[in-house]
Amino acid sequence: MKLFPIMGGIHPDYRKEMTSEKPVVALPLPAALYLPLQQHMGAPASATVAAGDRVRKGQLLGRGAGAVSAPVHAPTSGTIKAITEMTAPHPSGLPTMTIILETDGKDEWADLPAPIDDPFAAPSQAIRERVAASGIVGMGGATFPSAVKLGLGTQHKLEILLLNGAECEPYLTCDDRIMREHADAVVDGARIMAHALGAPRVIIAIETNKPQAIEAITKAAQPFANVSVAGVPVQYPMGAERHLTQAITGRETPARKLTADVGVVVHNVATARAVHEAVRFGRPLLSRVVTVSGGAVVEPKNIEVPLGTPVAELLAFCGGAPGAKRLVSGGPMMGQPLPSLQVPVVKGTSGILGLTLAETRESEPQPCIRCGSCVTYCPCGLVPVEMASFIRHEKLEEAAKIGVQDCVSCGSCSYICPSHIPLVHFFNYAKGRIAALDRDRRKLEQTKALVEAHNARLERLAQAKREAAARAKAAQSENTDAGRANA
Amino acid sequence: MLIDVGSLAVMGVTLGAVLGTAAKLLAVPTNPLEDELQALLPGSQCGQCGFVGCSQYAAALAKGNTPITLCAPGGKGTIEALAKKLGVHADTDGHEDKGPEVAFVNEELCIGCLRCIGECGADAIVGAPKQLHTVIADACHACGKCFKICPTEAIEMRPIRPTIAAWHWNKPGERATH
Amino acid sequence: MSIVVDKSGPFTHGSNNVQRTMYTVLAALAPATLFNLYLFGWPAIFLFLVTMGACVACEAVCVRIGGGDSDRALSDGSVVITGWLLALSLPPWAPWWVAVVASVFAVCLAKHAFGGLGQNVFNPAMVGRVVVLVSFPVQMTAFVPTKPLFSAAAPGFAESLHITFGRAVSLDGISAASQLGFIKTELARGIPVSQSMGQLPGLSDLMLGFHPGSMGETALPLILLGGLFLMWRKIISWHIPVAMLATLFLLGTVFNAVDPGRYAGGAFHLISGASILGAFFIATDYVTSPVSKSGQVAFGAGIGLLTWIIRTYAGYPEGVAFAVLLMNALTPILDQHFRPRVFGRTRKGEPLPLKGDK
Repeated sequence: MKLFPIMGGIHPDYRKEMTSEKPVVALPLPAALYLPLQQHMGAPASATVAAGDRVRKGQLLGRGAGAVSAPVHAPTSGTIKAITEMTAPHPSGLPTMTIILETDGKDEWADLPAPIDDPFAAPSQAIRERVAASGIVGMGGATFPSAVKLGLGTQHKLEILLLNGAECEPYLTCDDRIMREHADAVVDGARIMAHALGAPRVIIAIETNKPQAIEAITKAAQPFANVSVAGVPVQYPMGAERHLTQAITGRETPARKLTADVGVVVHNVATARAVHEAVRFGRPLLSRVVTVSGGAVVEPKNIEVPLGTPVAELLAFCGGAPGAKRLVSGGPMMGQPLPSLQVPVVKGTSGILGLTLAETRESEPQPCIRCGSCVTYCPCGLVPVEMASFIRHEKLEEAAKIGVQDCVSCGSCSYICPSHIPLVHFFNYAKGRIAALDRDRRKLEQTKALVEAHNARLERLAQAKREAAARAKAAQSENTDAGRANA
Repeated sequence: MLIDVGSLAVMGVTLGAVLGTAAKLLAVPTNPLEDELQALLPGSQCGQCGFVGCSQYAAALAKGNTPITLCAPGGKGTIEALAKKLGVHADTDGHEDKGPEVAFVNEELCIGCLRCIGECGADAIVGAPKQLHTVIADACHACGKCFKICPTEAIEMRPIRPTIAAWHWNKPGERATH
Repeated sequence: MSIVVDKSGPFTHGSNNVQRTMYTVLAALAPATLFNLYLFGWPAIFLFLVTMGACVACEAVCVRIGGGDSDRALSDGSVVITGWLLALSLPPWAPWWVAVVASVFAVCLAKHAFGGLGQNVFNPAMVGRVVVLVSFPVQMTAFVPTKPLFSAAAPGFAESLHITFGRAVSLDGISAASQLGFIKTELARGIPVSQSMGQLPGLSDLMLGFHPGSMGETALPLILLGGLFLMWRKIISWHIPVAMLATLFLLGTVFNAVDPGRYAGGAFHLISGASILGAFFIATDYVTSPVSKSGQVAFGAGIGLLTWIIRTYAGYPEGVAFAVLLMNALTPILDQHFRPRVFGRTRKGEPLPLKGDK
């Protein structure tokens, strides 16, 4: 297949060999699962159970609320202990509403929806509803509700479903293992998704550092003429949606548009497998494959983990992570630091990394020497050095003018910076701050509108009163005049 | 020599005259800065800044004889906008930002007197006589006027809890604010 | 394990750092420098050490005055490069005080007065060189023919000490002009370039460095090798050197074809003076050159053009230092006008039009 170059990008130390040859193993069932009602982008789910309820595996615990949301299901059978606020698996360390499920070890299934017998004959709507009801979200880490993304075909003319098996983040091998061990499920899920989208072609893109995965998927895709496999070059961030689209099709997604606008929808391979499970067997999303790796982890593994498992149990299963300097959820480039070991694995947790200082190569920032590496390696054509210097001086508008909001936070600039300047941290700050200021401004405008409306109303009332008074006075004087005339 | 001095003197006088006339002719009658500043303020006339209303505060700001950090409902965003407009440094460190707040009516204490409703400039409180009043959190901008007027102290100003959706990273090297 | 969430990702980093970058540059300079020290003997070695010492001392003093950690500032290696390049740009037999004055201006004025590492607008080494060049033109243009160490013509250790540290040694008897200076004076006397070129050493001698000049102006193959080494290590990219040398070569060739009596040829421009050293080691200074590749091409081309103009028309025979400084001043403007195109946007910053959109 003809591929197209993408600009910039880096070649970090991948260190995938720590887990790439480790087959996925199941985690022994934890005593309790902690299921946040928000494990996805959009509105949090609203709980449909109460403390003390007994639930069975696959039963609905929280219903999706609103257009962009996703439900939460019980990963195993047990009793609801509480629905309370607990620390979220998020760098803020803020609390989030969480359902605590005490497991009973029986792993008893609830009544599941019937499999869709012939998904390719079923209407797109039916597939989307099933995917939505199964709580499937983008499992590459973005956690955008998949059903919403599968509805893009209704407004866009789509040509290609691009299945993202690039897995360009270092360390992570969960997608690699899924492709090797469940190639048929992945390809089937992809075909179902393409059907729902109305996209005639499926291309499964895999970085060439995963030859076994390419082989397995190629074999599984053999019978289907419209499914092909593309080995893409090993270049971070190849797995970024827009960059992968460009590498495969040569189409550059315009700023503030979706890849769907250029006829492509990108889904992750693990998502495809989840869709396969939901459509063919009626099983909602209850677990996911997590790569537990990093130099500090005694025994790195790929693990099929029930959602809601505390990270501590996962690490304990891997022999612990003594001497870890950083605890990261996801890959080392775009992953998020975790605030505590007690936070749970959620739908978007692709990896748990315990990293040593030697691996992170952290160092105190030094003055910028303007080497320009960040400019050379930025896959988005930005000038990180300049943006960071604007942001340092709190000139957020100037930074926005030269594109800080076009930054995808891939981390290439921070990775390459010889002065160890936390460039991406600056951009994350700026993006968040700009959004916050924007919210403040909207709030201020709203307040002003309300105040104006309020004043206008008061003015109207006063006016009405004045008029009434004038009328009364006129009437009165008329009366007096009439009286006088009479007299 | 004389010609040099003379020509320079003539030039100086002419240019000076031109500039002087231009300054007179093109002078802007009112102070536009005041209006611009007022546009940046919430406009709820809450008076927390110590001035009677937003326009008085804007006027004082335009004269430059008052700190830019007095507008409590506006918060940091307003301070920064004012700083930018006035070209001064936004020294928010000295400003005690108590964080965003929202008014809340305590059901037990509310007697349904309607006073807060009359006071609210943004129509953010709903209720009827002798009925429990409620704050529409979305519309409330925490001016605190209802809090001050409530006869039974049924209204409290509660801090708005930070949410994960609104959270963002601090500037590198700065302490957390949340 | 204790958990601190004090920074966002990435939680991995390349193996590169400032020190490694700086020391790679030094490694690239080393062969040419050693060869030149050999060519010009003990006086050159003394001058080299004096320059380095003065620069390091200035750095330490400036950083301490600024309240910084001088050990840390010195360890980043940037001042060593400044001193090194400055030493290479001086005539090898120049007296010690020329080197000290140049060092003070380079480090204290050009670098620390602007805010230290990364903040300077002008290339420190070139500021140092230009200051002494315009202040002490006699000392700065007194070049000597090469006298390799331990050769019969070379001055002994004691005599060398006297040359570098002694008072007003007259170099009249031994001084010589660099080839650029030579053709310039000859041209002024009415002798066409085409004729005066014939009296210069052969091209191969020029290439190898057996001719009078500053240390960095000789031993071209070794300097070129160092430059290619830097490119291979990805410390520098081809953009600045190629743009500069190509512009210089093109102008030289074209004008030489028009009037060989007035203009020296392209190849001559490339191998004389500090063209090669400037292209690979001086113009490519990170701090004072543009950050984007397109900006670097414009920057390099500008240096090539200015160098040629200064060499051809101005009073000074060599113009690389001036050209670099002039373009340094333009770097912020180049940075503003030569940006890469943002992904998904047009050059103007608008979102790309969709197919079907107007």
